Amino acid sequence: MPLARLTALTPSTLAPRRWLCGARAALATLIIAAATLLATSHTAYADAAAVAPAAATSTTTDATPTPIATAANSAAATAAAAPTPNKGDTAWMLMCTALVLLMSVPALALFYGGLVRQKNMLSVLIQVFVVFSLITVLWCVYGYSLAFTEGNAFIGGFDRLFLNGTFDPVTGAFSLAATFSKNTPLYELVFVAFQATFAAITVCLVLGSIVERIKFPAVLIFAVIWFTISYLPIAHMVWFWAGPDAFTDPSVVAAQTAKGGLLWQWGALDFAGGTVVHINAGFAGLVGAAMLGRRVGFGREAMAPHSLTMTMIGASLLWFGWFGFNAGSAYEANGSAALAFMNTYLATACAVLSWLFGEWLHKGKPSLLGAASGAVAGLVAITPAAGNVGIPGAFVIGTLAGLVCLWGVTGLKRLIKVDDSLDVFGVHALGGVTGALLTGIFNSPKLGGPGFVTDWVTGKTGYADSILAQVIVQAKAVGVTIVWTVIAAYIAFKIADLLVGLRVPEDEEREGLDTTSHGERAYS
Amino acid sequence: MQWITAIIKTFKADAVREAIAQLGVQGITVTEVQGFGRQRGHTENYRGAEYRVDLIPKTKIEIAVDDAICEQVVEAIANIARTGKPGDGKIFVSRLHQAVRIRTGEMGADAI
Repeated sequence: MPLARLTALTPSTLAPRRWLCGARAALATLIIAAATLLATSHTAYADAAAVAPAAATSTTTDATPTPIATAANSAAATAAAAPTPNKGDTAWMLMCTALVLLMSVPALALFYGGLVRQKNMLSVLIQVFVVFSLITVLWCVYGYSLAFTEGNAFIGGFDRLFLNGTFDPVTGAFSLAATFSKNTPLYELVFVAFQATFAAITVCLVLGSIVERIKFPAVLIFAVIWFTISYLPIAHMVWFWAGPDAFTDPSVVAAQTAKGGLLWQWGALDFAGGTVVHINAGFAGLVGAAMLGRRVGFGREAMAPHSLTMTMIGASLLWFGWFGFNAGSAYEANGSAALAFMNTYLATACAVLSWLFGEWLHKGKPSLLGAASGAVAGLVAITPAAGNVGIPGAFVIGTLAGLVCLWGVTGLKRLIKVDDSLDVFGVHALGGVTGALLTGIFNSPKLGGPGFVTDWVTGKTGYADSILAQVIVQAKAVGVTIVWTVIAAYIAFKIADLLVGLRVPEDEEREGLDTTSHGERAYS
Repeated sequence: MQWITAIIKTFKADAVREAIAQLGVQGITVTEVQGFGRQRGHTENYRGAEYRVDLIPKTKIEIAVDDAICEQVVEAIANIARTGKPGDGKIFVSRLHQAVRIRTGEMGADAI
């Protein structure tokens, strides 16, 4: 049977842009790095002033904030000498740092990787692995300094550029950072390392929204910019303060309080990063997914996870590592850490059950993906609450988080109509907001919570004027975070788009990023 | 009835499926295969060692169609699957003697 002559197509005109994208991205990264290096004002590595015990983040050249010089004060100051870090605290915090590293690599990498199609597995793994490394380096260059040194209410300064001053090779002395207890310092390097893992995982979280279609150079450019203009200011606003040792006397309270970050001054409670990490990343992911557009074939073709086994391994390792994330945010091996640990453990288990039963009722079958997602939702929601609520709070927060986030990835997702590929918004943003608001409620001693320190001179704990008052503070902090990160994410993605373009070409997306972007196969 | 076997590049599989569905083809069998034609494969370099890649992963699509639409389907597959570069694949058409729908026992054209 004769076949009709096949119509000739014009040859494929795929321009050879791949090398051009890589070159432009490399150039962009070099320019940003060079600009950063040029901003160095302190070239001397050893800073003698750093030897004196300094508050968590006050690393200015005038050693410690000067209290009113009375005879008693100066005598006490010399008599107290320099308190040294507790070995238990040091060991604990170093271990926690390693646990949070584990949360990124491999936990998050596997959790996300298992959820994508086989052809994109390696692209997810490499994005997480490399972004983690990139942010770590930037943290040690300028990130730590901008987040955790004294500056203004929004951002710090450059006193700790390249971690200048954390170690003096001449004297062999290590600088100190504050915890939440007076005269209980940490080695500042421990604090630097611990916080580095937080910064890195936050940026890695955003990747979940943009997988399977984002260009690798665009990932790197976005990471550098968004880390700088979103993570650093928000971390500074929520977590930077002068430290308990600065509050020596009622007369200095106002001045010392004013040194803290904006949201810290407002009294927002965020134990381990509900706003700084999860709301921040969740909303940024949504912006990215919206700007990127849907994956080719979204809504028509099956995009089922290729390995829920890997996802479960990832979720389990996330649970394990999260103990470092939450309990480590107590900065001491003490009761607060124990409370944070137990809350993290319990809330997560509650969320697994509530998500699972919610799904069972709603869709008919309980799924492993639901259980794993429930665990992550619980972990996210308990993050701002971990050391700030009591056991009753953990029960409620975990259970509610499972249900709220279940809605977030089903009903809400359908309403928003954005292809947030791995539900970063539904879990991290919604879970973070839920946890942040409930923290305000369950921090109250009337609901079993520990309250918070109302007077850093005496260490007296109390609570806000009312539960509503504290919830309003929480809501304001959440609001600021959302607005800030949405704008920052838009700027970061836009710059990446202008420099190298955001999406890979359609046929590369169809073939899979592993082979086309990275020249590798996950499971040949 | 005709039996069409199309061996195409893997990333074209989704597009081809959509195209033939629009032509009224209701059933399909998809297999992941390896092979080569005149493309034969090439030499690759991995961490310093060279090796030959002969068998290239492809996707095989098999469908049973009515004589009436056979030409259209073949043309559609070829157009969608073509990239213009070596390794686009091949389409084979053979006569189908009999077809049976197992569930109902229908035979012949009713079974396609």
